Amino acid sequence: MSMRTWSRSARALALAGSVVVLSLIVCGPIDRVPAAPNDHPSPGIEKSLTTIRSVDKQGAGHEDAQRAMRILVAADASNLPAILKAIDQATPLAENWLRNAFETVADRAVSLKQPLPKEQLEAFVRETSHNSHGRRLAYEWLIKVDPTASARLIPTMLLDRAEEFRRDAVALRIRDAEKIDAKRDKTQAIKVYREALSGALDDDQVKTIAQALEKLGEKVDILKHFAFLTQYTAIGPFDNKRGVGLETAYPPEKEIQLDAKYDGQLGAVSWQPLQSHGDYGMVDIAKQVKNYKGSVMYLLTSFQSPTMRRVELRLGTDNAWKLWVNGQLLFSRNEYHRGMVLDQYRIPVTMKAGQNVILLKICQNEQTEDWAQMYQFQLRVCDLNGRGIRSGEAAVAGGR
Amino acid sequence: MPWGTTPADVRPTNRSARSVLLSGLWVASFLSLASNLSAEDWLQFRGNNADSVATGEGPAKLDRTAWSAPLPGRGNSGPIVVGDRIFVTASSGHNQDRLHVLAFEAADGKLAWDRQFWATGRTQCHPKMAVASSNPASDGQRIVALYSTNDLICLDRDGKLLWFRGLTYEYPNASNSLGMASSPLIVADTVIAQIETDDDSFAIGVDIETGETRWKLDRPHQDNWTSPIILRGSDREHDVVALQSSKGLTGIRPKTGELVWTYTEGASTIPSSGAGAGMIFVPSNGLTALASASPAAIPSKSWRMPQLGPSNASLLCVNGRVYSVTGAPVLIAADAKTGHVDWRLRLTGTFYASPIVAGERMYCFNDSGLAQLVELGKERGKIAGQHDFKESILGTPALADKAVYVRSDQHLWKIAD
Repeated sequence: MSMRTWSRSARALALAGSVVVLSLIVCGPIDRVPAAPNDHPSPGIEKSLTTIRSVDKQGAGHEDAQRAMRILVAADASNLPAILKAIDQATPLAENWLRNAFETVADRAVSLKQPLPKEQLEAFVRETSHNSHGRRLAYEWLIKVDPTASARLIPTMLLDRAEEFRRDAVALRIRDAEKIDAKRDKTQAIKVYREALSGALDDDQVKTIAQALEKLGEKVDILKHFAFLTQYTAIGPFDNKRGVGLETAYPPEKEIQLDAKYDGQLGAVSWQPLQSHGDYGMVDIAKQVKNYKGSVMYLLTSFQSPTMRRVELRLGTDNAWKLWVNGQLLFSRNEYHRGMVLDQYRIPVTMKAGQNVILLKICQNEQTEDWAQMYQFQLRVCDLNGRGIRSGEAAVAGGR
Repeated sequence: MPWGTTPADVRPTNRSARSVLLSGLWVASFLSLASNLSAEDWLQFRGNNADSVATGEGPAKLDRTAWSAPLPGRGNSGPIVVGDRIFVTASSGHNQDRLHVLAFEAADGKLAWDRQFWATGRTQCHPKMAVASSNPASDGQRIVALYSTNDLICLDRDGKLLWFRGLTYEYPNASNSLGMASSPLIVADTVIAQIETDDDSFAIGVDIETGETRWKLDRPHQDNWTSPIILRGSDREHDVVALQSSKGLTGIRPKTGELVWTYTEGASTIPSSGAGAGMIFVPSNGLTALASASPAAIPSKSWRMPQLGPSNASLLCVNGRVYSVTGAPVLIAADAKTGHVDWRLRLTGTFYASPIVAGERMYCFNDSGLAQLVELGKERGKIAGQHDFKESILGTPALADKAVYVRSDQHLWKIAD
């Protein structure tokens, strides 16, 4: 029962000349009383949600959050929408506290065969301004009590902001296309595969669609789909013997002067054009540099943004690296030859309106094993939902 | 009795029990230990003392599956046993970024609860690895789970969150693109985790009550998959924890992180050390045995046998013998005091799961799911039984209440006579 509801009850009791205190004792803790779904949780619940949202790094706020959790997990299922809503403003740490409170309350309700607020859960899923994690949590509990919700919701989510919903919707479209293709309706199959591709963010789904379309005589431009950056200007090699290079600030870190010459590892070096190869925007440094072991290279590229916007730079590499945008160091990573995958590193950054200068420093060490010879990277710009953005492309409304 | 021969049920010795009577604080401590821990539990990676040795008996046959339960997603972590429940971790989702802690009823394998969390760190792993590769740990009341994302999660036994630390969220360069697998240890009400990578690298001691940091130590900048071990003292106040790395072994006080000794002749970054009979067995230059008067005393090299070096599975010492599974793979039984090889036994397959022992029985699971039961004789070892689970098994099994619990990616099994 919410405080608002209780207040109404109390007023009614007072009017009837009853003893309010007695009603509290009989009813027990107010938040345990079953109640209809409501948008206005009790002050106790609200305060607990606020407390949990305050947890921070180093265990800050844990003891208060533990007390708040005791209140939250004792709440009834009518408070589930309020917990979901609290996830909207939560940090990644607080999200997990709130998720656990939600699951504990929902799990108890389901095991006791008590209803979940289905309509409110579905409304929460449909409202795309909510946090993607919260929406997915609502969806997964909704379909436990209403399996029909999946067929209502997923087909509409092809371009959803939430990656998991989008993946489900793409998978559905792929299955549809396969059925159509099996009936030899080529034109319709191509149309549905193309629809699926428009929502696809994950490489496995993109590959599945591209292969199916290729069999139907259609070529997919994967490089363009993922929006890899392909044109670079490179300079190097500089010295990285004994691993000294990553933390040594060579001239390109101090100035960007494309007509300059500097002393490099093997003599004078100057900026040279360099292009990626293949569908996945791979830049293979090993093929560009003589005696490349124990070296540093710098690669410069640019990204045109029509407006100021928050994006993610997504980098894959086997090598140690540093990354700057518009002169600001974003991240430094000192790891070699532990594997490379698409979108291995996701680095958030705010792009300014206009031209943005991206500088990548990439280092090769002196390991001699066969598996330690890679000297390569791939780089792209994505929106916060994982969709590749091409330079100059306008922003799509939304964001997590 | 030399240190390291403490009974595996971690109950206080008579000496420590007498000490308990002297102090109200010690009384509380004793009651806490007695109520939280049971000889029938298997509380962490390689058991209550992290030595791979069970207190009770184990099953005589491997093909007697009491039950099997499906598991979500992927996982290489081993199960733990706390009271009437088995706790396992897993990860799921296209990016393996959904972290699971699951509780099953020991009696019938029924899922009691599945609590999920969103990863806050990187999920990239080698295909053989998994985001859920570290064993969970428990103090008997709380369940602590660690993932390759370096999310460190503490729940009560009913699945309610007690605290959540995102250690890569806090230290963004603490990650390993191959995946991480060191298992946490709970000693002196402190969760000890080795978050050791080529870049940011540290060991951390976290207050199990609050999740707050008690201590944090800089560690060698090299990926490390080994787990800390416990060197049991005369009572719990004198326990020492040894942290292994490519540089060697470091003894610390679990509550404070205070350094008490170091061994600096290098060590493996995959199989972990073993302890027993007042000695430490380190996968260093093959196998190096260290001896000391007590866990806190500076250990000295007792013997070294290059041919006894383990491959991936961790070392164990029981009944005066040290056991090592080499890359061949051969199980070698050597005298703990001298390193003299008593016998060798050919095993089948490649081993990532560490062997565990109950009485004279050793349970070995290879990575293709073939379980091998070895009888540990004085003169020789013998394969006493096999069973093919037909699924990849990389997690170290648990043994409690005469049953072995083991998991693959897809299933959790209970093996009991």
